Amino acid sequence: MTEALPEFTLDRPETIDQAVTAMAKRPSSRFLAGGTDLIVNMRRGLVDTDCLIDLTGISELQQLSDGKSGLTIGAGVTLREICEHRDIRRSYGAIGEACDAIAGPGHRSVATVGGNLCLDTRCMYYNQSHWWRKANDFCLKYKGDTCHVAPTGKRCRAAFSGDLAPALMVHGAEVEIAGPDGRRRMPLADLYHEDGANHLGLKSGEFIVAVHVPPGDTQRMVRSAYAKVRIRGAIDFPLAGVAVACTRLASGEVRITSALTGTNSRPFLIEGFDPIGLDQDPDAAFTNLAKLVQKQVSPQRTSTIGSHYRRLAVSALTQRLAKRLTLELE
Amino acid sequence: MKQIIALRINGAVCEDAVSDSLLLIDYLREVRHLTGAKMGCDGGECGACTVLVDGHPRPACITLAASCNGREIETIEGQVSNGRLSALQRAFHENLGTQCGYCTPGMIMAAEGLLRRSPTPSDREIRTALGGNLCRCTGYVKIIKSIRAAAGAQL
Ligand SMILES: Cc1cc2nc3c(=O)[nH]c(=O)nc-3n(C[C@H](O)[C@H](O)[C@H](O)COP(=O)(O)OP(=O)(O)OC[C@H]3O[C@@H](n4cnc5c(N)ncnc54)[C@H](O)[C@@H]3O)c2cc1C
Ligand code: SF4
Ligand code: FES
Ligand code: FES
Repeated sequence: MTEALPEFTLDRPETIDQAVTAMAKRPSSRFLAGGTDLIVNMRRGLVDTDCLIDLTGISELQQLSDGKSGLTIGAGVTLREICEHRDIRRSYGAIGEACDAIAGPGHRSVATVGGNLCLDTRCMYYNQSHWWRKANDFCLKYKGDTCHVAPTGKRCRAAFSGDLAPALMVHGAEVEIAGPDGRRRMPLADLYHEDGANHLGLKSGEFIVAVHVPPGDTQRMVRSAYAKVRIRGAIDFPLAGVAVACTRLASGEVRITSALTGTNSRPFLIEGFDPIGLDQDPDAAFTNLAKLVQKQVSPQRTSTIGSHYRRLAVSALTQRLAKRLTLELE
Repeated sequence: MKQIIALRINGAVCEDAVSDSLLLIDYLREVRHLTGAKMGCDGGECGACTVLVDGHPRPACITLAASCNGREIETIEGQVSNGRLSALQRAFHENLGTQCGYCTPGMIMAAEGLLRRSPTPSDREIRTALGGNLCRCTGYVKIIKSIRAAAGAQL
């Protein structure tokens, strides 16, 4: 059962500066984009705020350009726009496939890139109504003092469950952020922390303006894809998701970059996988990659589907995608 | 706080003072007395509340009414024209695409959004378009058949 929305005021700034000023004036506010995560969480009594700052009226956040200098996606661009963008799909396969796999078509027509990157983390003891959580004595992430997933632990393990972040990460995306101290840029991978109750590295009053992705490649030197496991074939958040990009280097070696979501409290890049040399057995390399994923991933009991299965599934998916994409490079 | 919103609902211009925190589904049902769109899960998960906003399906239970200022809303009530059922309504009726009927307004609006973009959709397109709409009765086969029939009827 969800509750009625609490009373709040809705502020609709038209520029980035107005949004920054609105937040500085009322720091208890929350930014609102498509609302497909925030409104649901507000109805579950998970958000304390009396003011929403609606970012959808800011035209700078709607920019979408794909040129020689790379791809720029405004934080307010909807997932549907990306799904329907042929050039993005051609040069950045993983980005289009990740957007296809998010929620249902009704959500995708309003859900934004910024909202997806800043999605709250998820856990079966957290994404419940107020009365349900109260009956379970709340939890560390919100209003309680123990974690029901790891009761002896001191930190929340809720899973980051956005599909788009890993797809952008394997393409080397950076985020552009606006806030009271002006603009800054950082690699998307650095935006996140491994803490389910505080997973975003945004300072107070900051929000995402755009994502910048280095030029894609239509010469078939880079291929990327995204895959996820979920309970049903639509709507469901990832139990585990992986984006993989394979690049043919000038030396002839193949570099494989992979990033995971749905398993940890942050999306993250798999580290320590060397490019596959021309004289190397690719199958042995793919098996090593799968082992590396199993070592670095850390799914917790945050969903009804066991963490062991999610660990194995994401490692198998990574191996499968890497193999397929490498073949496509030939 | 309240604000005045002006929007079109099924072609008619409407102006109302609404609270900032009023949901579109409550606005349609309680203020506009358009009770076709249903509240199912009430949390964005089932699609029973699907309406079209500027031609695109959207769950009205997680949409703020105030964010629809200046937009075009279409609900199941707008399907009938001059006392005649739409092709989709007739096809759902004739192909048993509706049983208890609770999901039907949302299903038809999701299908309407699809047929406008793709008048002769493949089964895969139909399935994708209905990805956010749940039905506990029909098993979906007859819903897909109904949409196929409506697409044929529109040719
Ligand atoms: C039934 C259902 C199924 C779903 N399935 C999936 C799924 O499979 N995969 C998936 O990834 N998501 C899923 N979602 C979640 C959600 O629809 C998407 O993540 C969506 O992209 C969120 O974007 P939004 O614009 O609606 O965000 P909002 O709900 O508006 O915002 C989400 C959060 O981001 C913050 N925010 C928004 N924009 C910015 C910005 N520019 N800068 C900083 N912070 C910002 C908000 O303050 C809020 O905390 C699902 C949701 C539902 C209801
Ligand atoms: S991981 Fe623990 S603290 Fe975090 S949401 Fe789940 S139960 Fe709560
Ligand atoms: S009632 Fe809106 S999606 Fe279920
Ligand atoms: S006909 Fe009963 S829920 Fe679909």
